[in-house]
Amino acid sequence: MARLRRPKFLRNGKATAGALILLFFFILAVIGSWIAPYSPDATGPDAVVGPSGAHWFGTDQLGRDIYSQLLVGTRGVIVVGFAAGVIATVLSLVIGIASGYLPGRGGEALSVISNVFLVLPALPLLIIITSATPKDGGWIVILTIGLTSWAWNARLLRAQTLSLRRRDYVEAARATGESTWRIIAFEILPNLTAIIASGFVGTVVFTILSEITLAFVGINVSEWNWGTVLYWAQSQDALAQNAWWWFVPAGMAIALLGTGLALLNFGIDEFVNPRLRSGGRARVRTRAGRRLRMRVGFTPVLATVEEGEAR
Amino acid sequence: MAPEQTTAVLEAEGLTKHFPVRGAGRDVLRRGAAVHAVDDVALSLHRGRVTALVGESGSGKSTVARLLAQLQTRTGGAVRLHGKDVTVHGGRRFRAYCRSVQLIFQDPFASLNPVHTVRYHLTRALRVHGHAGRTARELEEALTDLLGRVRLTPAEQYLAKFPHELSGGQRQRVAIARALAARPEVLLADEPVSMLDVSIRLGVLNLLRDLKEQLSLAVLYITHDIASARYFADETLVMYAGRLVEGGESETVTQSPAHPYTRLLIDSAPDPERIGSAQRAELDEDDLGEPPSLVTPPAGCRFHPRCPHAMERCTTELPPRFEVSGKQWAACWLYDNGSPAPAGES
Repeated sequence: MARLRRPKFLRNGKATAGALILLFFFILAVIGSWIAPYSPDATGPDAVVGPSGAHWFGTDQLGRDIYSQLLVGTRGVIVVGFAAGVIATVLSLVIGIASGYLPGRGGEALSVISNVFLVLPALPLLIIITSATPKDGGWIVILTIGLTSWAWNARLLRAQTLSLRRRDYVEAARATGESTWRIIAFEILPNLTAIIASGFVGTVVFTILSEITLAFVGINVSEWNWGTVLYWAQSQDALAQNAWWWFVPAGMAIALLGTGLALLNFGIDEFVNPRLRSGGRARVRTRAGRRLRMRVGFTPVLATVEEGEAR
Repeated sequence: MAPEQTTAVLEAEGLTKHFPVRGAGRDVLRRGAAVHAVDDVALSLHRGRVTALVGESGSGKSTVARLLAQLQTRTGGAVRLHGKDVTVHGGRRFRAYCRSVQLIFQDPFASLNPVHTVRYHLTRALRVHGHAGRTARELEEALTDLLGRVRLTPAEQYLAKFPHELSGGQRQRVAIARALAARPEVLLADEPVSMLDVSIRLGVLNLLRDLKEQLSLAVLYITHDIASARYFADETLVMYAGRLVEGGESETVTQSPAHPYTRLLIDSAPDPERIGSAQRAELDEDDLGEPPSLVTPPAGCRFHPRCPHAMERCTTELPPRFEVSGKQWAACWLYDNGSPAPAGES
């Protein structure tokens, strides 16, 4: 089964679309600063002009090229989003599985901790921490986002681990004499793969949005990302100046990346839970020419009825 | 091989397990309540012999198996391996213990991890107990040997398979092979055939019997099917509501049951030859009860609310074991004076 997973998974249309969108942004993140026509900080004579051949997405109040800003900013978005996503996922793995598997007080304590982090208002906390730190470096942002956004996933993993812990095959592994860490790593963890994957994608969506929000409210704007573009657009009243080119491309990029990740997540969910699969090939055409959609509980009956046969 | 009377490999004495009842708010008054899953169970397993533990659902059979396998900690009593009392929770000592005592689970559809191949399951069991050999070839030989023992041949055909690609009987054979990888002395089989198709049960039982003879295993065969106990086991113990009520040679226990519960159990199995007999009609009227609550088990004999022969004494005093014949005992006051009561007495 495990060996068949990858091709089967990508046979899902949503997953493929999501993966392609993600791939597109990954490539931009790598080559963005090379293919950018201008330096994102280079000022020019034309301030706040609309899209043209020289400036595809127009310019801002200092005559800087917005297209270049978006291209260069892609790397920041992707790097921070995924690095924070990795940190949060690893944390949620460790804490979620430990709190689900460990009996008694230890597990309960970890569960309480994740509940506390769940109700912490992450964004205000992020704003306070990142604005209080003296130099604004990407790592501070990555760490704070990563350390505050693991709780939701940890709860999910805890619930699933609690359910897996008493399965017969886990008991059987214990009866074989396997050590606890080996049971967790080799018996339970592989059965959580889908949840971990979908949790990771969800966390990345959250971290990217947090990061853009932080930049938008004016924190860590020395490095370019899409939020920084929006920050300048907002502070210069782009909407009042009718400078739609200033914020629409950045917003579209955020929406597209979010859509890609969400599609990937749907694909994982549908792969894990076949009931969610929307029927692609389930449409059938009857002999009478009617189109039917197969549903759960729908039993197709193939029969040839002779013309004029009375029953 | 004739059953030899040797010293017991694994013994249990006074084995007791109470599961605490987690009190919800309304149960505050019953704080400290516990499910008396297993009470005062004594049994001994000998090499080359099969002991059957028979009882209905919820009578505590599986808990006995898990207590003997030390997967759960007992509330009281002793488990003796080669005469030495052992209590292990985990770690190296548990590993050493489970090298001698292996458990086969009831449901072969649940006891194999769906993400691992047959090869992984068996290799791990061999590695954990140091029987995997040093080279890849030795490992391969050990794997082939294991699958050959449970008659899954050719081995190469099965090693790469995932559990969902195997039938129930094949999975149970893999589970048995995994248990054998530890080269145990005692095999605890927790209803090993109850989840299998009727048509393949006999095959798995015969396989277990052959393995017992070849490897001189001590087998505890847990079942709710008393007929298969007669077929398969040398000794049969009958369990009711967490206590042993009768025991003895399988043939004697199943053919002339002494305890009223055993009689009820045997009569509840459908038998085409018995239709219309007068004895059947009598038992049917008393057959309406169900097992008692194990949180507040009945005082005295736990079977007395359902027993057709219940006496005053049964409601207050717990019956000890009485010899019925040289090969059989029953925990029932009917045998107090040593003279077995006739089966039809009311």
